[in-house]
Amino acid sequence: MASILAVDDSASMRQMVSFTLKGAGYDVTEAKDGQEALQIAKSNSYNLVITDINMPIMDGITLTKELRSLPAYKFTPILTLTTESSGEKKMAGKQAGATGWIVKPFNPDQLLATVKKVLG
Amino acid sequence: MSTTATELNSVINSELDSDADQFLTFVLGSEEYGVDILRVQEIKGWDSVTPIPNTPDYIKGVINLRGTIVPIVDLRQRFSMPEVEYGPITVVIVLKIECADRDRIMGIVVDGVSDVYDVPPEEMKDAPDFGNVVDTEFVRGLATVEEKMIIILDIDHLLSGNEIQATDKLGI
Amino acid sequence: MQQFHQTFFEESFEGLDIMENELLNLDVGNADSEVINTIFRSAHSIKGGSGTFGFTAVAEFTHVAETLLDEMRDGVRQVTQESVDILLKSVDVMRAMLTTLSDGGEMDVDNIASVQMELEQLLGTESNSSTTDEVSDSNNSDENSEGWLISFRPHVEMLRTGNDPVRMIYALTELGQVSTKADISDIPTFVDLNPEDSFLGWEITLKGDVKKEDIVEVFDWVEDECDLDIQPLINESKATTEETTTPEAVAAPSEIASKAKPTAAKKTAESASIRVGIDKVDEIINLVGELVITQSMLGQVGSEIGNADEHNSPYMEKLLEGLAQLERNTREIQESVMRIRMLPISFVFSRVPRLVHDLSSKLNKQVELVTTGENTELDKTVMEKIGDPMVHLVRNALDHGIETPDVRKAAGKSEMGTLSLNAYHKGGSIVIELSDDGAGINKERVLNKARSNGLVGENENLSDDAINDLIFHPGLSTAESLSDVSGRGVGMDVVRKNIKSLGGSVRVDSVEGKGATFTIQLPLTLAILDGQLVKVADETFIIPLVSIIESIQVKSANLSGIAGKAALYKLRDEYIPVIRAHNVFGMEDSNSSLEDRLMVVVEGDGAKAGIIVDDLLAQQQVVIKSLETNYKRVDGLSGATILGDGTVALILDISGVIDMFKTLSNSVPPSPVDPDGNGSDIAEKAA
Repeated sequence: MASILAVDDSASMRQMVSFTLKGAGYDVTEAKDGQEALQIAKSNSYNLVITDINMPIMDGITLTKELRSLPAYKFTPILTLTTESSGEKKMAGKQAGATGWIVKPFNPDQLLATVKKVLG
Repeated sequence: MSTTATELNSVINSELDSDADQFLTFVLGSEEYGVDILRVQEIKGWDSVTPIPNTPDYIKGVINLRGTIVPIVDLRQRFSMPEVEYGPITVVIVLKIECADRDRIMGIVVDGVSDVYDVPPEEMKDAPDFGNVVDTEFVRGLATVEEKMIIILDIDHLLSGNEIQATDKLGI
Repeated sequence: MQQFHQTFFEESFEGLDIMENELLNLDVGNADSEVINTIFRSAHSIKGGSGTFGFTAVAEFTHVAETLLDEMRDGVRQVTQESVDILLKSVDVMRAMLTTLSDGGEMDVDNIASVQMELEQLLGTESNSSTTDEVSDSNNSDENSEGWLISFRPHVEMLRTGNDPVRMIYALTELGQVSTKADISDIPTFVDLNPEDSFLGWEITLKGDVKKEDIVEVFDWVEDECDLDIQPLINESKATTEETTTPEAVAAPSEIASKAKPTAAKKTAESASIRVGIDKVDEIINLVGELVITQSMLGQVGSEIGNADEHNSPYMEKLLEGLAQLERNTREIQESVMRIRMLPISFVFSRVPRLVHDLSSKLNKQVELVTTGENTELDKTVMEKIGDPMVHLVRNALDHGIETPDVRKAAGKSEMGTLSLNAYHKGGSIVIELSDDGAGINKERVLNKARSNGLVGENENLSDDAINDLIFHPGLSTAESLSDVSGRGVGMDVVRKNIKSLGGSVRVDSVEGKGATFTIQLPLTLAILDGQLVKVADETFIIPLVSIIESIQVKSANLSGIAGKAALYKLRDEYIPVIRAHNVFGMEDSNSSLEDRLMVVVEGDGAKAGIIVDDLLAQQQVVIKSLETNYKRVDGLSGATILGDGTVALILDISGVIDMFKTLSNSVPPSPVDPDGNGSDIAEKAA
């Protein structure tokens, strides 16, 4: 089964994302900020990374850049969670190497549909 | 715990599942009283208590019931009946009292436990009004079993509210 | 979704606290961008969460506040006092909304709307009152029942963002019937072929009743990583050279990519902390309490058996060893469990900056707040109950203590007053000090008021400390006019009462013109205490060690009577009242004399007294059990505990005992030598 790393500083969002994805049969690991995610990502491998953008310690943009610089994550889909409706933040994520984004608020169905889009 | 108490505990446990209203009866002098058996937590032999200063005489004190501090009320003194020496059959009936805010656990000291009776609701009679002579406030009803009169107590009323919880301010 | 609500509320309340504190930290005019970012992030998380969990009202409101913060973050907007104030108000509104959502009740719609309007006015925008994405640019959603011709040419580097053209073509197959033609003209020679680059392009024919916006959405993420052209399909007939796409044909790059990653995903450690309901912790604490009692019971039995054992049996030795080990383990478990409930006092201190901010602007005073010792830990229950008294003391200090700038200036002080909060551990207690450099307590005014109320006799002389202590007396409010800030009918007496009910004490030190310091001492926990076991008549009582100053043997030379009834004891340079525990508790004292008796010198609420007991037993840690659980509060007792032998012992509430003693003395009819009837409360005055 595909494994997903879910990164968000908000515990409730993390729980929701994780719960939804686990319910759909994915193997989910949670991290509460970019730095923790990077550590976890280095010692494991994931088929998909979903990360919030605004986080303390290390934000999602930096995390994306860092991950893309790792050989193992060169092509791994990375999705950013963003509430920004403007293109600006989405583009910042893209420029850092993100595959795409999920706009908050989203419901579990939207999340699964988007994840399916990259994992099939 | 006395033998009597142990026996009765097993009676209670074996008969708890019955549908009918069951009452545990006990004696005070020549009178027999009943309490709803579902409220009875356990029956213990009388053992020493730790008195609480500046409380009414009928509050004998508190005991340690498996880690919980439980107050003990002497029912004879509560009813202003003559005191008797506590003897080998003197028992403490531990009851669950439903108060407005929460449930409480309290024990009552009685002369001895008697029996467990089924009392169908239709056989429960209202207590006559004795005016000021006898306080019938705590009496839920009267029942006749085997030609004896049993006074069914309203223990919530008897042991909660102003009577026990907010007893007299310090009498000094 | 409901199962996440509790977590959402908890983290949102934490986020609001962070916002509030950081807003108060913001240096107006020279704002630290990291601070603004932190505030923004909290608002952002609340907005995201509330949107996701369906609390649209919160999301909409937060969106407006977040927009303001975003402008500050981007440096587009100056951080002004006005904007900080409005944001603080917004925090209150958000907190109220979330509280309503979590606990039920009515939303204060008017207030929400009015604060939102203030925010919008500041932003200079009309609200579009929507947090959701703007509708995608689909206004020209030309319907096309035939289909579309899509030219899709990914840029060379598209694969590097993890996007795979095959997925997009797959996605199109879900919209309609797809046929593709691959353009391989850009593929370089094998030597130049970089497997991480994308060289293919496609002409895609999508047949069916498909909306253009749905197609745009498929390519949403790669908009700027490809050349995309979508044209309505006009001439269907010329589609003769099409080949049906087999996605595998273009899948090569993604296969290379997937080889680079091992498949096994190991479980990693979850985050370093967990949230647990406080009831679960309390249950463990109760159980450990039981364990402590059982252990001490076993220990007692063990040592009795040990003493009786004449044969020095080897089993006996092992048993005693085991019991000693059990005692150590039990103590360690108890300490660890207690630590779970310990939280830093910063949870209480963090309420203060906001209060100081609001009050000082309301009172037109300048106040600097200095806090130290925020990391000092204490039990959660104690903390929850100390919040209100602390708030009251802060109000009091700002209202009555610290003067207005002009008054301060005239007194030769700096215009900016200082309020200091400090916390530290002392023995088994936590000490919280709250000092201001204001006017201090006006002793003359307090004394006059106390005299006019009849609390103090006309000719009676009181020590400075005793006068200052009068402010804790019910009905002594010294404010010249009732202000909006203090004087809401809650006085310092209530502060003292609340602190006393926690088994703590509060006292004040004041120097007129220089300021006042309130010192609160509280037990670290309400679950256990270190106690001195004493015998009074036949009963064992426990006196909390924190209340005990010393235990002495009464020397008759130091005893003196007043009016033939109250006894005073000269302890070094002061006189303290002597309380017979027997009298207070209505027990028989077999010994009428006080000479050579044991006296425990105690202190409660700044008042000292000597309590006569019959014997001093062991000192030990006891688990506090409430009498109220099954009975009711009893004057002079703070609870009960279960001793090693299984019996119950009552724990004395020292201030309560002293109060009872005063009442007892007062109820005795005035003696003839004391014509004005005042003498009977001599104990109080001597203290």
